[in-house]
Amino acid sequence: MIVEAHSVSKRFGDRLAVRDLTLGVPPGICFGLLGPNGAGKTTTMRMLYGVTRPTSGRIRVFGRDIAADPRAVRARLGVTLQQSVLIDALSPIDNLRVFGRYHLLREPELSRRIDDLIDFLELRSHAHVPVRVLSGGFQRRLAIALSLVNRPDLLILDEPTTGLDPAVRLALWSRVRELRAGGTTVLLTTHYMDEAQRLCDRVAVVAEGRVISEGVPAELIATHLAAEAVELDCSAAEEGTLFGNLPAPPRRLRAGTRLMLYVDDASALLAHIRQHDRGSHRTCIVRPTNLEDVFLSLTGTRLEGAA
Amino acid sequence: MSVSPRHAVAVWRRNAAMYRRTWMWNILPNFFEPVLYLASLGIGVGAYISEMGGTSYAAFLAPGLVCVSAMNGASFEVTYNIYVRLTFEKAYDAMLTTPIEPDDIVAGEVLWAVTRASIYGACFFVAVTLFGLAPLPQALWALPVIPLAGLLFAAIGLCFSLRVPTIDMFSFYFTLFLTPLFLFADVFFPLNERLSGVWLWVAEALPLLHPVRLARAAFRGTPAPVLVWDVAYILVASWLLLHWGRRAARARLTS
Repeated sequence: MIVEAHSVSKRFGDRLAVRDLTLGVPPGICFGLLGPNGAGKTTTMRMLYGVTRPTSGRIRVFGRDIAADPRAVRARLGVTLQQSVLIDALSPIDNLRVFGRYHLLREPELSRRIDDLIDFLELRSHAHVPVRVLSGGFQRRLAIALSLVNRPDLLILDEPTTGLDPAVRLALWSRVRELRAGGTTVLLTTHYMDEAQRLCDRVAVVAEGRVISEGVPAELIATHLAAEAVELDCSAAEEGTLFGNLPAPPRRLRAGTRLMLYVDDASALLAHIRQHDRGSHRTCIVRPTNLEDVFLSLTGTRLEGAA
Repeated sequence: MSVSPRHAVAVWRRNAAMYRRTWMWNILPNFFEPVLYLASLGIGVGAYISEMGGTSYAAFLAPGLVCVSAMNGASFEVTYNIYVRLTFEKAYDAMLTTPIEPDDIVAGEVLWAVTRASIYGACFFVAVTLFGLAPLPQALWALPVIPLAGLLFAAIGLCFSLRVPTIDMFSFYFTLFLTPLFLFADVFFPLNERLSGVWLWVAEALPLLHPVRLARAAFRGTPAPVLVWDVAYILVASWLLLHWGRRAARARLTS
């Protein structure tokens, strides 16, 4: 295992941010830590690179105790934080140079690596302009480049695509896949279920500081819910009249006025709705069940946006 | 954990990389300031003072003002600039994702503050030399005092910065601590001629007094046993404060 966390807890005053969390990340995969804001993802991540000390439990990264040997562990680690740590006044190249020196890289190796990263993250066009004039997507790519300057064996990405437009997200995902293909283990936190589903080989769903489910995304979905989801707007009173008399009632989840039903074949259910929903032609959406649904079924709350 | 000198230098180089872009604009004011002080106080006020402490008033002021500029250079660096790096630029959060440890950050920042203090102090020294107020070569002995003053005020300011919650508190540091030191620590008048008895001993606690006494002795070429105490005060106080600052930094940067 690249990362092993064994019944780790972290208390800040009265608040238990992480409770009895156990986690194992095998080498060479992309592992996702999923959960809403405040679930304890960032605290967990900070404990993995040794900046936050667990109140109890122990953590080993690359087989080493992070508390005993933080410098050696972090030398093989890349971390992209959620907030920007770029130096506004300096160019991407100078930012990379400053960061490379934190890892004690020297010329000419430093310049060689910077050149490679500028190409890998497509920063060439703006390599010499101050970071403050760059777009959000550009800055995020540079942030990832910084965390790759030491050629890490483990890359930790905290919310890597939050606030980015879809095209930039797609581009970043493909870079992450390339890194994984090259042998880098990737650990990312996200509250985007689609990101986790597309990118991660394994995910751990975290809520209120503990792992509530873990596994391969497709298997997690199959374990918890049926393959198709039918989604419609429907009040609680209507729900009774519409679905009360179904012979085999499907699993139903509610988020506000939105109702989700999980079935193996949606067509029969759609016919049932049309038949019993006299006069009203409400819009139904049929889609594959996803991790968002799993999260909803496990916690009773939605992950993205308001319920 | 102990300081890794190479990582501390990497921290220093981050600040140097930013400073290098604007050094022209940063250095110029360092020359205006001494000229203005010496013009107003040395030449203006000095015209009414025939001598002070055995020299012209301008010559009395010069070594003290060199130390004040070192004090200011270090103090700005470890207060406002450290606060900006900590809170707005997230520089330390970034460093702590690499093999850099909080101790290295403290060492690198102090080294940088001493560097800035030395640049300030050296500019001031050049200016007073051009005014003919620094008798060479003996006044050159004041040059090592500049980084010592920088070290002392870097240590004091760092301990303050790591303990204050908001940037607004820094104005208290400047108006209630540095300004009184500036006015009452032997820079503008000889303290030992105005104080007597126990107050002379109390005055020895003022941190700025020690570099000023060292620099003035260098300018005048008058070594004395008390200067050993001045050097010891600066080194011991800096060491104690930095020892405490290391713990404060660890508490502030990690959890």
